[in-house]
Amino acid sequence: MSDLVRLTIEGRPVEAPAGTSVLEAAKLAGVLVPHYCYHPSLPVAGVCRMCLVEVEKSPKLAASCATPVAEGMVVHVESPQAKAARRAVLEFLLINHPLDCPICDQAGECELQDYVYQEGRATTRFADYAKRFNPVEDFGPDILYVPNRCILCTRCVRFMEHLAEHPVLNVSERGDRAYIGIFEGAALDHGWAGNVVDLCPVGSLVSKDFLHKARAWDLDKTPSICPGCTQGCNVTIETRDNQVLRVRPRPNPDLNRHFMCDYGRLGYGWLNRTDRIEAPLVRDGSRLVPVDWDRALGRALDLVRGARGPCVALVSPGASCEALERVAQLVGAGGGAGAFRVAKGDEIPLPGVPDLALRTERAPNVAGALAAGFTRDWDGAAARARSAALVLVLDEPLHGLGAAQAWGPMIYIGTVLPDEARGAAAVVLPSATMAEEDGTFRNIGGRIQPYHQARAAPGMARPAAWILEEILDALGVGVGAQA
Amino acid sequence: MGYPHPTHPKETPVLSRHFGDSDARSFDGWKRRGGYASLEKALGMSREQVTEEVKTSGLRGRGGAGFPCGLKWTFMPKQRTQPHYLCVNADESEPGTFKDREIMRWTPHAVIEGAAIAAYAIQAEQTYVYIRGEFTEAIAIMQQALDEAYIKGVLGINAMGKGVRIDMTIHRGAGAYICGEETALMNSIEGKRGNPRIRPPFPAASGLFGCPTTINNVETLAAVPPIIEQGGAWYRAICLSNPNSTGTKLFSVCGTVRSPGTYEVAMGFPLKDLVHDLAGGMRPGRRLKAVIPGGSSVPILTADEAEATLLDYEGCVARGTMLGSGGVIVMDDSVDMVYQIMRLARFYAHESCAQCTQCREGTAWTTKILQRILHGQGKLEDLDLLLDLSEQMTGTTICVLSDSCAAPVVSGIRKFRDEFEAYIDSGRAVAQV
Amino acid sequence: MSQTTGAGAVAGAESLPPVFDEAGRRELDAVVARYPTKAAALLPALWMVQRKHGWVSPQGMAEVAEALALTPAYVKGVVTFYSMYHQHPVGTHFVQLCTTTPCNVCGAEKVAEAFLRATGAKRLGETSPDGAWTVVEVECLGACGFATPVLLDDDFIESVTPESVPAIVARYR
Repeated sequence: MSDLVRLTIEGRPVEAPAGTSVLEAAKLAGVLVPHYCYHPSLPVAGVCRMCLVEVEKSPKLAASCATPVAEGMVVHVESPQAKAARRAVLEFLLINHPLDCPICDQAGECELQDYVYQEGRATTRFADYAKRFNPVEDFGPDILYVPNRCILCTRCVRFMEHLAEHPVLNVSERGDRAYIGIFEGAALDHGWAGNVVDLCPVGSLVSKDFLHKARAWDLDKTPSICPGCTQGCNVTIETRDNQVLRVRPRPNPDLNRHFMCDYGRLGYGWLNRTDRIEAPLVRDGSRLVPVDWDRALGRALDLVRGARGPCVALVSPGASCEALERVAQLVGAGGGAGAFRVAKGDEIPLPGVPDLALRTERAPNVAGALAAGFTRDWDGAAARARSAALVLVLDEPLHGLGAAQAWGPMIYIGTVLPDEARGAAAVVLPSATMAEEDGTFRNIGGRIQPYHQARAAPGMARPAAWILEEILDALGVGVGAQA
Repeated sequence: MGYPHPTHPKETPVLSRHFGDSDARSFDGWKRRGGYASLEKALGMSREQVTEEVKTSGLRGRGGAGFPCGLKWTFMPKQRTQPHYLCVNADESEPGTFKDREIMRWTPHAVIEGAAIAAYAIQAEQTYVYIRGEFTEAIAIMQQALDEAYIKGVLGINAMGKGVRIDMTIHRGAGAYICGEETALMNSIEGKRGNPRIRPPFPAASGLFGCPTTINNVETLAAVPPIIEQGGAWYRAICLSNPNSTGTKLFSVCGTVRSPGTYEVAMGFPLKDLVHDLAGGMRPGRRLKAVIPGGSSVPILTADEAEATLLDYEGCVARGTMLGSGGVIVMDDSVDMVYQIMRLARFYAHESCAQCTQCREGTAWTTKILQRILHGQGKLEDLDLLLDLSEQMTGTTICVLSDSCAAPVVSGIRKFRDEFEAYIDSGRAVAQV
Repeated sequence: MSQTTGAGAVAGAESLPPVFDEAGRRELDAVVARYPTKAAALLPALWMVQRKHGWVSPQGMAEVAEALALTPAYVKGVVTFYSMYHQHPVGTHFVQLCTTTPCNVCGAEKVAEAFLRATGAKRLGETSPDGAWTVVEVECLGACGFATPVLLDDDFIESVTPESVPAIVARYR
């Protein structure tokens, strides 16, 4: 593509494509130049001046975020001059900073805290002066602005202007009176606005949902895929004490870059539901009674073996590829088939990133369900279920289906038990949510992406793919049986 | 004459020839004084010839940076593949500087003529004249002159009937010192906050509206018609000292002199003559204490240094300061240096655009320390702290506003340290702060 | 782009007459025509608002935003950058006087005091009780040789001294 430029950063030779910034080239060399305003997914502002580096033969320090690499350039990040400049920037940033780390959500993952600890001054020289004070402002449904902590890096303003293309934030006033402003009566309510909380390198923009919930260092972080829609944004699920407390985007330059939408971000509540099925259940007359896995699976196998005629599967497009494929295998063996349905909503794109949107289909694995052979003919499948030899439901809430009792025998594999299944299911097998299992989703573009277990499943619940695998094994048609 | 002073014998009036002569303001009056002959002549020359003549003259930017004007024009693309723009920097905001205001209010057509020649040379079909919002009188006079120039066919799609399109628009600023910085000025015209831009890209590659742009100061452009008229060699010959500083320069002298005003002298003119002869020297019983020779952003000179300074780019550098915009601020022995340096720091703190950390926080902090010293609560370490902050505010930001704040602080402490120490030692406070 | 705040929706502000009525719109169109982008007409448009209302209210900002296809927040960011746009109503007469160093050494602060005395305004930046005068200190007006320069409404007055202030104020009463 473009020509490679050779330069030296901190004594290490680096090759970087022409046009690369010194800051990015330094990353290639394994050198992190401290910075605040620079962000790889935002236009360069060059204002925090934290990333100043010494470039040999240049009279002044250069902002490495805004300086392109040049052939033969020799860059020093840790030279006395560069370090002195960074120390000064840190001091300037701190003079009006409230140092309220003990009550700040950002503490522990705050770049101001980190760099001051790393190379800032131990004591202040801004003695005897009152610090600038401005009250906390409510910016929108989920976002508070704490101006006293703000370092005016303008990441939030640039995100709203250039990525969301909805410039409701601004820098107001000048000099040390400046702050991040929002117009009277306007709100930071864009469908992707929550990203400003992640982008904020300090604790100035905070999420109301996460406010004072946890210390950053107490959170366990698990790579995952957002289950909110078919986009498949890469995310990190953050848990403490087996509770999901926060979901944040995980960088993927080819897909969601550093972003996720608010629908996905704030939609994690169901992962903490407490009304879960915790044990396998089998029907005893009008009641479902808890049993152990062997008995439940035995009953399920009886039903499968006893089915005379095609089975019908009603599946959730939120299930993993692995579970969906096994359901397809199970019902397909007897000439049956299945369908899914998916909740819909408005598409909300992030205009600044190509092909990135909260998609209309609000489930993560529609493509996976289709690839496994399930169709969108929900009504047809529901009608066939009435005369089916066996109905296999995979975590589908069955809302609106009415008298499920009139159907053929039902095996219900799922996380929570809908009333429709409660009255109809012969066997109920408790399964894990996506946060409780390893699996993959196939996104709207056909990309198969893994996600990992972030919390323990309640009670005896297991990943649906495991449950189905055991059934297939016992029937002698499972993947394991073939092996 | 409305102009406050008759030409002094030691002046070399070129741009200021018609200052005080209100008849020169009108189009007809300007024509009667030989106006627009240069534009006509230039439009008969090739663009390269015009630029070459300006290069020959040695004319350097009069806004402060002193960059060679003709050379700047050559940075514009030769082939016009997108619009080219000329911006006239009439945002004169540097404390101590009020020369562009005189040019605009007395000889508006000189600005228009010079700008039209420049626009022709760099193939700019549209010129924006950015005048600071406070210059209500200059704006009105310039607008009237511009309207006349259109009516008379000097400007427009067929300027001077020569088939060249030269349009010109006055853009009124709204109160921001930093908009005199050329990239901030462009942002301001684009309807943005007047934040300076990171360079590169330089304006000649990507400037106003992302197009090739040249920004010239009012005085620079006003010098262009005489250069075209009388030749670059003639202009180059006007030089009293260093051959790299040629032509005449308008110096606006203010502060505690008897006759403040704008004086035009040849480059290399002694600062002491400007202060003591042209501007009338000190008021009775007063002694010269300090001079800031190039607008408030340059290092302060002591009286002795000032007496020995020659006013050109090199002469000022030789004395550790800069020619800057030619705004000469004179201070006699009645002036409280600490207080006035605090006022300058306060100015920069007020005008900082808020982008760069060192400037946003540093200018305000510097002001606070100076105010504390003035309150009689300073400590000796404060002086070292001020110098340390100033060092970190110099050469570390996008533009030079924070450098400008540091310059008077550093030179002030170095040269008038006893005044600072007197506040600190005695715990004396001034009532004014 | 949806605007959550339109003209007239600002709580507490009495409704001001629209700036971009038919005549205002014509004037604005003529300004817009001189630039390649609509946004470039922002500073001129804000001057039109201030000329009509005496200040730039949130309502005025919203009106400008709509006229130039910008967001009110963007417009506010610009308004607050430039010190000449009034973000609050000011007195009938607005006095801006320079107290920066060159004028300061010539006694500008005494001129400021004289203006306060003559107008009845209690302090700088505060409007006089009769609503007639607001006196503010500004940074360098670019007329340092004519200390103390004063921009009174749109009139630029040079070489003002404490002694000449009462007569100036009387002229505008």
